[in-house]
Parts: sequence; C-alpha cells; structure tokens
Amino acid sequence: MSILRRNNVRVTGRASGRTIVLVHGFGCDQNMWRLVEPALAEDFRVVLFDYVGAGRSDLSAWREERYSSLDGYARDVVEVCEELDLRDAVLVGHSVSAMVGVLARAAAPERIGSLVMVCPSPYYIDEDGYRGGFSAEDIDELLESLESNYLGWSAAMAPVIMGNPDRPELGEELTNSFCATDPEIARVFARTTFLSDSRKDLQDVTAPTLILECAQDVIAPPEVGAYVHSAIPGSRLVTLAATGHCPQLSAPEATASAISAFVSDLTP
Amino acid sequence: MSSGTGGSDSGGGIPGTDAAFSALLEDSAEELYESAPCGYLSTLMDGTIAKINATLLGWLGLSRDEVVGRMRFSDLLTVGGRLYHETHFAPLLRMQGHLGGIALEMRTAAGPRLPVLVTSTVKTSDDGDPLLIRTTVFDATDRRAYEKELLRARRAADEARRQAEADRERLREALAVLQQSLLPAILPDIPGMETACHYHIASDVQLGGDFYDLFPLDDNRFAFFLGDVCGKGPQAAALTSLARYTLRAAALHDADPAANLRMLNTVLLDRYTGDDPRYCTAVVGVLERAGDTTHVHLASGGHPPALVLREDGRVDHLSTRGGMLIGALPAAQFVSVRTTLHPGDTLLLYTDGLTEARIGEERDLYGDEALESFAADLAPAPPRRVIDALTALLHGFGDGLVDDTALLALGLPAPTDTGSETSA
Repeated sequence: MSILRRNNVRVTGRASGRTIVLVHGFGCDQNMWRLVEPALAEDFRVVLFDYVGAGRSDLSAWREERYSSLDGYARDVVEVCEELDLRDAVLVGHSVSAMVGVLARAAAPERIGSLVMVCPSPYYIDEDGYRGGFSAEDIDELLESLESNYLGWSAAMAPVIMGNPDRPELGEELTNSFCATDPEIARVFARTTFLSDSRKDLQDVTAPTLILECAQDVIAPPEVGAYVHSAIPGSRLVTLAATGHCPQLSAPEATASAISAFVSDLTP
Repeated sequence: MSSGTGGSDSGGGIPGTDAAFSALLEDSAEELYESAPCGYLSTLMDGTIAKINATLLGWLGLSRDEVVGRMRFSDLLTVGGRLYHETHFAPLLRMQGHLGGIALEMRTAAGPRLPVLVTSTVKTSDDGDPLLIRTTVFDATDRRAYEKELLRARRAADEARRQAEADRERLREALAVLQQSLLPAILPDIPGMETACHYHIASDVQLGGDFYDLFPLDDNRFAFFLGDVCGKGPQAAALTSLARYTLRAAALHDADPAANLRMLNTVLLDRYTGDDPRYCTAVVGVLERAGDTTHVHLASGGHPPALVLREDGRVDHLSTRGGMLIGALPAAQFVSVRTTLHPGDTLLLYTDGLTEARIGEERDLYGDEALESFAADLAPAPPRRVIDALTALLHGFGDGLVDDTALLALGLPAPTDTGSETSA
C-alpha cells in the first residue's frame, strides 16, 4: 500500500505555488479544511491527507502502539512529505496537529520550513503554574462521551468497511458521515491528544511560526495561546474574531487570509 | 365524515368531544413550544443561547434570565461533553447542517447530571448563510442507563474473548512444544541413504496421534517405526509417548521387529487395563546395509502396507495382512515381511490419515488403490520427491484431510543420480 493511498493524500491548487500541508486534528479528517481549501488553492499548492485511522485512510495500517504517541502521527506527516518529496513546505496543523507539526518539523526540517499552529495547546491538563483548562477527570468524561456516541458504530460501519458490493447505499452513507471513526481508534487518539505534554518541545522551534487562536475557544483558551506564543521565539500570534475550536469552519475567510498573509511574508 | 363542523350535527352521540377538540385548539404553538415534552433551544452561530423553552429550563433548574444571551450551548454541558461538542458536534454541524441523536450530558443547577440526546439543525438564510442553530433535547436518563449496561456487557464480552484467545494461543504453543517432543527433531543421517518425512496435524488445539522415528542400532543397522494411536488429545499423547519409548528400547534390545511389536503389545495391555483399553497400529523395521543394497526387515500390527517405489518404475506393496491391532489382545499376531532396496528404490511408510482422506462431492475415501496408483505415477522417485508430492496431495485434500497424517520415506540414491553428481 503506497503512502498516498494509506493516508488518502490529495493534492490540489496551483502547482507552481508554495506547498501548504493541511493537517486535521482529533475528531475529524481532512474534510475539516474544505471551507479554507478553495481560497488557499488559488495561490498555493495544497496537500491534504487523513491520519491512518481517520477518514478514508487505510484502517488496516493502524497500530495502537504507533498511534499512542504524537510521534506516530508525526511519522505520518513526514512520510507524506517524503512521498511527495516536499521541500520547505508550510505545515498547517489544527489543534493537536499543531504539536504534531512541531515534531514533524524537528524530524524533517528540510521538508517542513514553517509552521502554522491553529488553536494549539501543548498540554490540556492543569498543573501548578500552568493552566491547560482541564483536569484528568474531564478527559475521562470525554472518553465516556466518545464511547456513548459510538454505541451504534460497529453495527452501522462494519458492513461498510467489510465491503458490501450488494449494498452500495452503505458506501454512500460513509461518504456522508464525516468523522466516523472506529471507536477503538478514536479512543487512542483522544488519549494521545489530551494526555500528551509537548510543552518542552516548543522552545526548540526555530521555524517561522504563526499561531492562530480564536477569541473564544473552550479547548485552547487565550492563556494557552499566549503560553505557546511566548515559548516559541519569534512566533507571530493572531487572534481571530471567531468562536469555538475550529476557525477553519466558523471563520474560514479570516483563517485563510491569515494563513495566506503569513505564507506570502515568508522568504521565497 | 367529510363534515368538519363537529359532533353536534350528527345527533349529539358522544358528550365531551367538543370540549376535547376545543382543548386541542387552545394548545397554541407558543404553549406547545414552552411545555413540549422535550427541550428546545435556539442559539446564534457562536453558540449563544437566544431562546430556550420552559421544559429545558425546568430540567436544568435555571431561569430564563440566567441563560438567554448569557450562556452558550456548550456551557450547559459537562466538561467532557464540551470537549466532545467542540471536537465532533460543532464541526459536523457546520459541515452537514444537521446532526442527530448525539449523546451528551448536561449540568443541572441542583448538581446531578442529565443524560440527553441532542439533535440540531442549522437554519440558513435564502442565500445559504447560516443564521442560527435549532436544537431539541431529549431526556435520555433511562436509555443511558440501559446503554451503560450494554457497554459494560460488551466490555466484559470483549475481555472474555481476549482472554480466551490468549488462552488458546498459550495452549497452542504448549501443544506444539509437546508435539515436537513426540517426534524426532531431525532425522539422523544414514550413510548411503536418503530420508524425508512429513507430519500433518489435523488440529492446532489437539495433539496428533501419529508418531515415527528413525535411529541407529549399530554401525551397520538402523531401526525405524511409524504408527498411529487410537484417539486424540492428551490421552493419545500419553499413549504415543509410551509406544515411542517402548519401541525404541525394544529395538535396541532385540533387532526383531515382530518381537518389538509383541513387547509393545504386552506393555500396552499392562498399562491400559479395564474399561480404558488403548491400542495402536504400527510398522517397525530394521535396515541393514549389504554392499550397494539395503535389506529391510519389517513387521506390522494392524497398519496399512508399506510401499516400495522401485527404480524401474514398479510399485511393490509389502503385504502384512493378518497383523493385528497392538494392545487389543494378549495373543495378538504380527506379520513380518522382508525386502531389499536397490539403488533408486524408495520405501514409503504412511498412516491412514492419507488413505482415509475424504475426496470429492461424495466425500469418498481416497483409498489404497488411489495411493498405489499415485505412487506408480511417481516411481521412480527419491524420498524427498515422494514426500513433496504427497504433501502437495494432502494439501489438495483441503478439509477432506480429517485425521493426522505421518509420512516417512527411506531410499537409496539412484545410480544415475550419483553419476551426475560426481561428474558435476
């Protein structure tokens, strides 16, 4: 299985433009970017993919061991970059993938030249002297929410995944149910997302970095954005007049133009 | 029934119909909204609550003033639910415009959590811009309790399955080790002879009941045996072990195959008495080098005849008809036969798993004749080729191969083979 198929890689936009890799976070897949993709595609070459385990990736390639640490996700990013032989690409990571981007850049600095961190948080759990916004019990509660919403998953999705040529409507259904994820995989990703502590990785970031945060974000509150900004030397912080944790959906124009402005300022 | 003017015209049949109908009419849309048996709320696209019905306020223990314009939808949720809302619910709603049956928990002013099922739709303007989100909320307390029970049961079942798989794997490993101990690790080198063997075990969770061995008696002679014990599993394995070590000791003590079988017969009768008789079939033999040839002296108790694939293409079957089951009767008779292997000849021993394999639609026995004919097509052939061909044949039987099958082939290299090797 090639990496391109494994990670459901899609390349669009202006072939001669600088390459922007859009990386989805926990909870969905590359569909998260579909409102910003058209605007970015006008000037840039846009690469989209799904992590193994998400969206339309090859689920059979998923291994709990690999995807129980952010390094596993970073390897997906680097392998996609290698497969496309990218040089000096801009990596746009949403939520947990902002931190994955930091790891991927450290692993392949020649391929990933700069970072855009959308609603990043290096650590979600409150600690002495650090406010991540959540307690360990809150994370357990999220896992419970995940579980109660996946009760019907196996029954509904298993026939689709096992392939049902006699029931094509199932495939249709899959197309329409974005973010449908195997509960086991979602659980591992949730734990990795919300329990990983990436704070120490921030100080080593030397790449030009843009931090995009929302004015109102319950998952990554303003003090976390400020923490990331101060931890990464020379980073630029832009606060979008948007609510929620997904500005690429709630404020797609503002998100796209902030990314465009940052990329256009980079040295060619 | 086309008249819509009420019951009074039709003769005043049912008193009270009018009153009921009037009551229905008085259930205004506003009243229905406020007191519906489910919660309603409308929010701006940023989640700010713009409208909420009395039912939901009652469930939450909140007043309208505390909520409208002051709280967002996610403020009503538990923290875990809020995380789920931000990572799944809100993005999906943005992308799809609607979302149904999502299980969340709301915080109530009194403390207890309220499990709910939430459905939302986005109202858009005529040109498609999202305007607001309409949400219905159902009390799912009973349902959630039931689901939790299901989840608990599923986790228990998953755990039991994992445990069973792990146990099965451990059992399989233990059996494989035990099985190996019942067979020679490798066949010994016999000067001037080629050997090959194959063992098919029908089940990976039961020990096989076939056995074989080949070992030196002195400088000039080797002994071999191949047999099949009745039954399967641990008892059969114990019997196999006893048969194997008895035959090995007997052969070293006395190079007379029929005497070895009589010894085994006595041992089995002595060991398995009363209501647990156990028996086996076996062929035991001695190979003795004589110049370019090897003399074979073998004896059989109830075992299928050995075959010799001759260098000239013939197939001899070494009849040991009359040889009786070993371990069944005190005065059992065993039949000896002698032959000589010349260069290019191969002696083949097998268990009846091979000839009793089921073939074709009718599940017929493969049978002795088919085997002889198969051997005749092969002959002449060195041991390795015979075993490879039979292994492929066994493989072709698929699930028709129901029993364990042991194969052992011993032969003298063909003169032409030797010639080509030395000239090479």
